[in-house]
Amino acid sequence: MKTSDLLAGIPALAGAEPVTRVTIPARLDYTYTPGAAQSRFLNALTEQRLLGERCPQCTRVYIPPRGVCPTCGVATSEPVDLPHVGTVTTFCIVNIAARGLDVEVPYCYAYVLLDGAHVGLHARIGGIPHDQVHVGQRVEPVWREPDQTGVQSRPSLAAISHFRPTGEPDADPESYRRWM
Amino acid sequence: MAADNSTAGPGREVAVVAFAQTVHRRSTDQLSEVELVLPVLHDVLKQTGLTTDRIGFTCSGSSDYLAGRAFSFTMALDGVGAWPPISESHVEMDGAWALYEAWVKLRTGQADTALVYSYGKSSPGCVRDVLTRQLDPYTLAPLWPDAIALAALQTQALIDAGLADERALAATAMRSRRAAEANPHAQLRGSADVEELLKQPYEVRPLRRHDCPPVSDGAAAVVLAVGDTARALHTRPAWIRGIDHRIEAHQPGVRDLTESPSTRLAAVHAGAFDAPPDTAELHAPFSAQELILRRALDLSDGTEVNPSGGALAANPVMAAGLIRIGEAASRIQRGESRRALAHATSGPCLQQNLVAVLEGEQ
Amino acid sequence: MSAAVNPAAVPAGPHRAVGQEPVAVVGVGQTRHVSARHDVSIAGLLREAAVRALEDAELTWADIDAVVIGKAPDFFEGVMMPELYLAEALGAVSKPMLRVHTAGSVGGSTALVAANLVAARVHGTVLTVAFEKQSESNAMWGLSLPVPFQAPLTAGAGGFFAPHVRAYMRRTGAPDHIGSLVAFKDRRNALKNPYAHLHEHDLTLEKVRSAPMLWDPIRYSETCPSSDGACAMVLTGVRGAARAPRPAAWMHGGAMRSEPTIFAGKDYVSPQAGRDCAADVYHQAGVVDPRRQIDLAEIYVPFSWYEPMWLENLGFADQGEGWKLVESGVTEMDGDLPVNPSGGVLSSNPIGASGMIRFAEAALQVRGEAGEHQIDGARLALGHAYGGGAQFFSMWLVGSERPDS
Repeated sequence: MKTSDLLAGIPALAGAEPVTRVTIPARLDYTYTPGAAQSRFLNALTEQRLLGERCPQCTRVYIPPRGVCPTCGVATSEPVDLPHVGTVTTFCIVNIAARGLDVEVPYCYAYVLLDGAHVGLHARIGGIPHDQVHVGQRVEPVWREPDQTGVQSRPSLAAISHFRPTGEPDADPESYRRWM
Repeated sequence: MAADNSTAGPGREVAVVAFAQTVHRRSTDQLSEVELVLPVLHDVLKQTGLTTDRIGFTCSGSSDYLAGRAFSFTMALDGVGAWPPISESHVEMDGAWALYEAWVKLRTGQADTALVYSYGKSSPGCVRDVLTRQLDPYTLAPLWPDAIALAALQTQALIDAGLADERALAATAMRSRRAAEANPHAQLRGSADVEELLKQPYEVRPLRRHDCPPVSDGAAAVVLAVGDTARALHTRPAWIRGIDHRIEAHQPGVRDLTESPSTRLAAVHAGAFDAPPDTAELHAPFSAQELILRRALDLSDGTEVNPSGGALAANPVMAAGLIRIGEAASRIQRGESRRALAHATSGPCLQQNLVAVLEGEQ
Repeated sequence: MSAAVNPAAVPAGPHRAVGQEPVAVVGVGQTRHVSARHDVSIAGLLREAAVRALEDAELTWADIDAVVIGKAPDFFEGVMMPELYLAEALGAVSKPMLRVHTAGSVGGSTALVAANLVAARVHGTVLTVAFEKQSESNAMWGLSLPVPFQAPLTAGAGGFFAPHVRAYMRRTGAPDHIGSLVAFKDRRNALKNPYAHLHEHDLTLEKVRSAPMLWDPIRYSETCPSSDGACAMVLTGVRGAARAPRPAAWMHGGAMRSEPTIFAGKDYVSPQAGRDCAADVYHQAGVVDPRRQIDLAEIYVPFSWYEPMWLENLGFADQGEGWKLVESGVTEMDGDLPVNPSGGVLSSNPIGASGMIRFAEAALQVRGEAGEHQIDGARLALGHAYGGGAQFFSMWLVGSERPDS
């Protein structure tokens, strides 16, 4: 039965317009916890360091560290300072604006495998036209200057503006084949 | 039901063979969820000597709304070490229902062991406000009636029906928190006496602070196993003789809040009335709810209720129900109970309830 | 990398655990999926699907012993644990009600949890329902809550999966137009499905191919819509099936597999969890050659390139060969392995229900009840769902014959 028919059966409501939409604003505030491992990583970013963590069991290096090696299920705790250079293992070009991201579209979203790491860091590639971004490309982080926005006083991934090509020759595909 | 533990299939007997929980705290803001849950996972694996690749099925319970982010359970999965890939599921419910799903899985014969875990971090948000989002989104949630206000309505109904008074509520709270003195995992341990409690101001009348649960962060894990596998993993498995859960209507206005018919129905289906339990772990976050549950379950003075201190002593939302099952099982495993009843609840004013009956080896 | 089965993933012993009750699908119901159902509440949407499933089975609410409900994150509608509010609408009062959430695979997982209740003989007849009412909130918002220490670079699920699609293209050398072929096929199939959201009568392959890139290499035309919709099934055992008015679909195998979201060495293109899950289901059903033995598949393809990717992951094609099945028309409605005759997720995407729709469409096919998009002679069909970071998989194989017959 249609809503209008139902309403017609109630004299006081006959002819009333069915309600098809109500807007009920709700606001909840949360204080997020990055956890111990991610806090170490975020704090290191403020010093322009890329801090990964090694799994004591499988010896693989995670960045950002997740607190736990997800395949071994054990805590990662050995910090590893990673070099400021890596390889693009895959990417896409985003043409729609992300909520809460102050970046002009289109932009290049890529996985960057830092030398010595075993998972790709999710990052934006800038400094070159998008059609020149390619898999195997060597890239380095471009840090936001602390005095520019003050972001680096607050630990955040925003400490890295983006990654840009180093100009080196492309990496050997074997060096990243297993670690997209 | 005749149990045949030697073959696979329905009718298999399932037991709790390990249980672990965190020390529950008001806040664990230095830990991510996976960092919170990891120690209890390791604990139950160590207790049983099992490794993740020897677990047949894994099931967890948690809430995105509590965490304040979508897919929060995917990050906690890191703690399991799900590699090679595992047979795994998740309920957006208290871990007691994750245990129920695992129990069903074991009963099918598709697995012989199961890892169940749940966690709740109430500290990122205001749990009192967060729980209002559980209500009918069109007619109730817009009014923001919080969990304490709804519990106050229920408590007042109980008082008006002559089934409780504020002194009885205070006595319940006192007994729970004094029992918690022996529980190193509890958050609130010890209590002033009833006279002192009744001098305190109301939080939301007729509830005083002692009638309400603490806000807790915590996690828990359980390992289940069938038949001889359970006997090999623990000298004294806590057998789940029956387990069932039922839900009631949502709108508090259409329910008699002084009763818990869904608890009673679940208890009937779980075989709870076949013999009196010597122990009951009841998931009653508010003092009046324990009184309602005692009546629904016909518990006499011969049953020790909430020797752990219950949810009044620590209430990690989404884990507190699973903890009741774990606490009941632990009593059996320690030889302190022969037949224990465990209860979990969900939703406003005891809307949904689960009852499990656990026993030691006959 | 080969499509070989990980031996550890396949349980030893009997193909299916002995003593299980055979599980039958005797009722299927879904809503007409649309972008916004302003005429019904969340409860009304679910009830519509549930009532249709009951009508299909010629059962009433009183015949249902338990309800198992699934949906994707609660933030999508802004209701925490909505099953509590839905208890009355789904006739669950005084019954057991379970709520499953395994990300995008949830529709499939929910059906499997319900099936296990029957298989374990805990209950005789179970109603399972999955839904999403995306119009009541904003799924993109739900996916991108502003967590301060994370950069929301992906701009929605498409951005998350697009790099994996690029990796597939690079690994296999698949030509650029494969994605368009899949999208065009599924949207054409949807014209034969009255419940599908997108009915694009004047769509041409050229229009698909010239659509703008959203997350290059994924075009707008190669992405799923955002839908309001629900799907329900009535599952029962042997006795229930004997009373059913229409043919039953019998479950021959079902499994879930999970792996972590991100880990060193993860194969995003062909996740091990997907391969293991398929191997388990085939093993239970005694399937050794899925391409030959399975008549059709309803595969969770939210972005068109996932059809060739999953064809490989599911063992329908060798690694690197999936796109050739697409190109040669094998997965067309009249091919020898039709994929998504319903139009698939690319034509209807009520997220939490999308997996269950795959399961239900597979059941409709082997029951011979799929209407205009019926594949003639379908006797064994795969329903597939995946979710999270291509990490959660749920699948079932349903057949027209009882598995123990």
